[in-house]
Amino acid sequence: MSSPMSTPGGKRGRPSNPSTRKFYIRHRCNSIGLAINSISVDMSSPLMYGTPSSRVDGTPRSGARGTPARQRPDLGSVRKSKQVDLQSEPSAADGAAAAEQPAGQRLVIWGTDVNVATCKEKFQRFLQRFIDPSSKEDENSCLDLNEPLYMQKLEEISIVGDPVLNINCGHVSSFDAELYRQLVCYPQEVIPTFDMAVNELFFERFPDSILEHQIQVRPYNALKTRNMRSLNPEDIDQLITISGMVIRTSQLIPEMQEAFFQCAVCAFSARVEVDRGRIAEPAVCRNCNTTHSLALIHNRSMFSDKQMVKIQESPEDMPAGQTPHTTVVYAHNDLVDKVQPGDRINITGIYRAVPMRVNPRQSNVKSVYKTHIDVIHFRKTDEKRLHGQDDENEQRLFTEARVQTLRELAAKPDVYDRLSSALAPSIYEHEDIKKGILLQLFGGTRKDFSQTGRGNFRAEVNILLCGDPGTSKSQLLQYVFNLVPRGQYTSGKGSSAVGLTAYIMKDPETRQTVLQTGALVLSDNGICCIDEFDKMSDSTRSVLHEVMEQQTLSIAKAGIICQLNARTSILAAANPVESQWNPKKTTIENIQLPHTLLSRFDLIFLMLDPQDEAYDRKLAHHLVSLYYQSEEQLEEENLDMAVLKDFIAYARSYIQPKLSEEAGQALIEAYVEMRKVGSGRGMVSAYPRQLESLIRLAEAHAKVRFSDKVETIDVEEAKRLHREALKQSATDPRTGFVDISILTTGMSATARKRKEEITAALKKMLQSRTKTPVMKFQQLFDDLRGQSETAITKDQFEEALKALCDEDYLTISGKTIRLAT
Amino acid sequence: MPSTNDWINNPLGVVEEMFGASQNSSDSGWEAKVTEFFRQRLMEKDAHTWVPSLNDVPLHYLKPNSLVKFRCLIQDMFDPEFYMGAYDTVDPSTKAKVLRCGKYKDVTECGVDLDSANMVTSERQTFYCVPIPGESPWVKESYASTCQARVVPSTSYVPSRQKRSYEDDDEDDMDTQPQAQGHAHNGTPAAAEAQGNGDSKRQETEAPSGQKASSPPLDLNFPLPGEKGPACLVKVYADWDSFKLNDTMEVYGILSVSPALSALSDQSDTSSSLILDPAECMETAEELRVHSPPASLVPRLHLIHTQRLAHNNPLLPPAALEDSAASLASTLGEMVSVRAELLAYFTQLLLGDVLAAEYLLLHLISNVYARRDVIPLGKFTLNLSGCPATAGPAYTEQLYCALQQLVPSAYRLSMTLQNMNQLRLVPRKDYVANRLLSGALQLAANTSLYLDETQLEQGQLDPAGVRNITALGNVISWQKVDYDFNYHQMEFPSNINVLIASEGRSLLPSDCHVHLQPQVTPPNMEAYLGSALTAQSSSQLNKFRLYLTMARTLDYSISEEVTKAVEDDFVDMRKDDPQSISADDLHSLLGVARLLCLSLGQSALSTDAWSRAKHIETLRKSRSEPQGCLNGNEP
Repeated sequence: MSSPMSTPGGKRGRPSNPSTRKFYIRHRCNSIGLAINSISVDMSSPLMYGTPSSRVDGTPRSGARGTPARQRPDLGSVRKSKQVDLQSEPSAADGAAAAEQPAGQRLVIWGTDVNVATCKEKFQRFLQRFIDPSSKEDENSCLDLNEPLYMQKLEEISIVGDPVLNINCGHVSSFDAELYRQLVCYPQEVIPTFDMAVNELFFERFPDSILEHQIQVRPYNALKTRNMRSLNPEDIDQLITISGMVIRTSQLIPEMQEAFFQCAVCAFSARVEVDRGRIAEPAVCRNCNTTHSLALIHNRSMFSDKQMVKIQESPEDMPAGQTPHTTVVYAHNDLVDKVQPGDRINITGIYRAVPMRVNPRQSNVKSVYKTHIDVIHFRKTDEKRLHGQDDENEQRLFTEARVQTLRELAAKPDVYDRLSSALAPSIYEHEDIKKGILLQLFGGTRKDFSQTGRGNFRAEVNILLCGDPGTSKSQLLQYVFNLVPRGQYTSGKGSSAVGLTAYIMKDPETRQTVLQTGALVLSDNGICCIDEFDKMSDSTRSVLHEVMEQQTLSIAKAGIICQLNARTSILAAANPVESQWNPKKTTIENIQLPHTLLSRFDLIFLMLDPQDEAYDRKLAHHLVSLYYQSEEQLEEENLDMAVLKDFIAYARSYIQPKLSEEAGQALIEAYVEMRKVGSGRGMVSAYPRQLESLIRLAEAHAKVRFSDKVETIDVEEAKRLHREALKQSATDPRTGFVDISILTTGMSATARKRKEEITAALKKMLQSRTKTPVMKFQQLFDDLRGQSETAITKDQFEEALKALCDEDYLTISGKTIRLAT
Repeated sequence: MPSTNDWINNPLGVVEEMFGASQNSSDSGWEAKVTEFFRQRLMEKDAHTWVPSLNDVPLHYLKPNSLVKFRCLIQDMFDPEFYMGAYDTVDPSTKAKVLRCGKYKDVTECGVDLDSANMVTSERQTFYCVPIPGESPWVKESYASTCQARVVPSTSYVPSRQKRSYEDDDEDDMDTQPQAQGHAHNGTPAAAEAQGNGDSKRQETEAPSGQKASSPPLDLNFPLPGEKGPACLVKVYADWDSFKLNDTMEVYGILSVSPALSALSDQSDTSSSLILDPAECMETAEELRVHSPPASLVPRLHLIHTQRLAHNNPLLPPAALEDSAASLASTLGEMVSVRAELLAYFTQLLLGDVLAAEYLLLHLISNVYARRDVIPLGKFTLNLSGCPATAGPAYTEQLYCALQQLVPSAYRLSMTLQNMNQLRLVPRKDYVANRLLSGALQLAANTSLYLDETQLEQGQLDPAGVRNITALGNVISWQKVDYDFNYHQMEFPSNINVLIASEGRSLLPSDCHVHLQPQVTPPNMEAYLGSALTAQSSSQLNKFRLYLTMARTLDYSISEEVTKAVEDDFVDMRKDDPQSISADDLHSLLGVARLLCLSLGQSALSTDAWSRAKHIETLRKSRSEPQGCLNGNEP
């Protein structure tokens, strides 16, 4: 029985040790029940610890000095079994062997190989000695890393007075592997021992501190299991850690721990502990020997809080094509109401299986067990997202080997090209667009300027793709959506402002108002892909203004006023208004989007048909090959999507490049140069926003190289990409020059100048004939055209009229124009 | 070794025998032996036809604990469960201990010794399975007729105990009559009637609906509304990771209908007594009802052997095609002639439009054969516009009937405003009952989904309607359905052939749009189509059915030379007029060429087929262009 349980013996059909042990124990306990009285109870054993009786008798440890112990329903009712076990072991089968050894050394808890004294000693040593200099955990941030970690925590407990000690099993494992094994295999026995050890140590050190109850040890991060799917019968009664998402929580359930009976005749009272959900009602009063006189007094019985929590596998852990599993979890005492539906959590607890009875009055049972987990420790994985800190660090764990491969890949000189070609391989060409999207996936470095009053700088890169229909824009969007862990995909047609932001809902059960988040909030730290951006209604689009620059969402409705984080990159695709891209028009005219919004995109790409023979040939070859290559062949050609995913995740969480001196200079030069280009022609060709874009792109490029410093080559590439995008989208079709004001004001500088000229000419003409205050539209148009040496279109004429109208120089009613007097 | 009847009628006997044998000898692996034994038995010639099928034999005719088969789709996957793989029982009188096997059983024998050291806990997985949604009547009939099990006397025997237990459930729900009276009054006549009345089909369908009327209705969660048939909880003992949601398969397993399994009887007992039992009171009533429905409605099936269905055509051997290639060689040779006949038939149906008929044929053999990152390859959604609307729904309905006679499974979704707003198309997770509520888009691979857009009228789509339309669009463009898990969505790939019948161009996207140009205008549409339908002999129909399934499963490749030719062709076309052909056009052209080859039984692209594909595409485009402009819809 005392052999280690960790032998992996296939998934099923284990001659089960832990599960049978429980049943066997009860059996033994009845047969030697009489022995209990004759044996003096060893006070140092865990059997007296943490039980209601100990509360009555006073705590067994002198050091604890009256601090009440608190029951641990999460560990189940353990007292009965242990009381006997400890003593019965030597008298059992291998008693002879035990007798030869010093008794103290050989005493183990029945059914396990745990020796209480050794275990306690080991754990105390762990607490006193364990130092983790490489600790990265946030909760240890204020502690001195060179001092024993857990002693500092004990000190914290003495100050704060919260009697819970969280122990990272990883620490235990690195300190004492044997202790860790025992903890994982026999948590029910080992954790009370830990409790005891900790309390002894604590009250020795801080004899004067007053706690609500004795310290409870809560181990977490048992590396036994990470995935709900891999739970199997071997894990029953072991300490496990799984991750998942809370889908439902029950009401609070008061669970009786100890029943209080009072005799109706003599008022003698008796306490009976609840054993596995059953109360053995005393039939005879011990004091007056009346039968059936004892009645249960509810308000003097002991209850503990309990809550059922249902958790479901998180979508990331799921194999494709299967539905997520769910598991029932019971939270006890102060862990009740710690989690809400929708939370992503890591749970450490003991896995249980209980046989089901078909009918309480029948003896045959359903051959199925009910399983649940008794929680010892909850840890929300997404907790910090709420506080706006950088995150994801601890979520994705990379193995050493994986990191090595990624680093090797990053060290390659052509990593940038490799990655960009690995992106959506089925979409042909469009190298620069893919590069832009790649940089978007990596994002810039997050900077905090809140101290100087500007708040957060946007680190996310926004990209707009526009172009002819059928140039696989949607496919690109779909691909990106499938690539990133926190991506959302919406279509401009199908989404409303509410669907993008957040809406208020009344929960039908609780009548509570709940804030339901929309696509933008859900893609916080991810990418929100918006297809058919041009078809979005104006009100919906206006929501984006705040998100795209401030990265927050303000909500004020139904009594809820709040600001949510929406640090999302936006990848949008828009079709031209005339269904085909008109090369004679500017971007703004082609897609009819407000320039205020356009200027918030770092990169705007045109996806046009290149119309070139060599390109056509390659494209045809590419497409034809799609139709006969088998899937395996396709896989080999390119970088695996999984590698790409990991690469991005790793770079996003571990690489935070900073600008180097030279890079800063290069950026300044680049910006000045951009400004200069325009100023020669009286145009502004760059705004500070463009500089910010450049910085972001350069940082993202540094991340691709896994470099902590932004260097000149990053700036060069950022400049090149930015220029490429500008060349495509901000070229003035009339002059052929790049003119950023197309994007920032919606009109090119030449166009604006031309408009002013025509207006002036029109005004002059009108002034010359003040005699006729009313004239026909068409006539005036013809007259103006006759006068002017350059061609004037009707649109231009109308614009000029409108400008004069705004000046209150004339009024237009239908087809007649009236001069204002 | 047990005789034939034994392994069908008493499979547990076989299992126990092997279990017992393994206990005496040290040699383990009896589980593998059991599955191997049944696999061997079923491999024998025609042996599988002797196993009664839950699909066509009413549940109450089947003997409990006998071997049955079930053709089904995995609709939902429940959580894995732990059960007693082996346990000791103690006889209360003699105190003798007997080791029992718990595998393939739901309920243990009496007197389980919970403290025994011999107890083995094992794990199994439960799938909720429903009959294949939209399965065509001809498929059902064909399977039923090949199944010889119905004539086996033992299966038509109605065990009276079984019958009574079913009535028991009924009584418990209503909490009315004393039970004994119930039997005398209800059970016996029903049993007698069942024996006397040969019409077993009627019995089957009537029984569940009667149940529904008396107790709160139990939603059996069929993907399509109006479906009938038993749902089943299949317990899988090995290799459950290889199963995927929406897989279709034929399950051979041991039927378990113990009344003790139903939650409802359980509940009425527990509510009065155990308040403190933590395991019992935690799950909601809803969840209990769903996860342990009455065994008389949802029997349990302990899986022994599965046969994945690559297709659901009873005319073809179910196994992979390679094995039976020789026997099908003759069919392959006939493909060209069958194709011509089928084309003629379609032309007739489509009022003399040869081009549309050809496209319809290509559509019916399309199949998603691969996915390149997010793009599904091989899908071919057809939009048949210009359906004569004057005849009312008659034309589209009749057309659907004709198609249903040819494909193994089909569903007609009438896109009325009401349907769009109210129907649940996308499956949704119900966290209260902890199950996946099915939707009409939870379909098996290669199901034909026939969208009748002629039924759509003007009006307002509510948010649910918009979501439904989006879901349909996703199926068409990406062949995926995003199941709604409330907190997140989960993407499941689909492989559904979508055919849209509409008056003008459809509002949904499609791979290919053909405007119908009727050559004939029969005065009485219904009579015309009716005669066309009935004119086909069943042997002719069988030929068509075989042809369609065969063509779909053929391999396909493109040689180097043809690749080169196609490239040249593309470049040339672009040179003349870059607007004439885009990358997307080439995509669809390649798709058409592939299907064209397959429809002719060729497994490699030939230049002939390529030019033919180009030709019909040009014809099609010349038709749809003016139509597209008229409609003003963006391509």
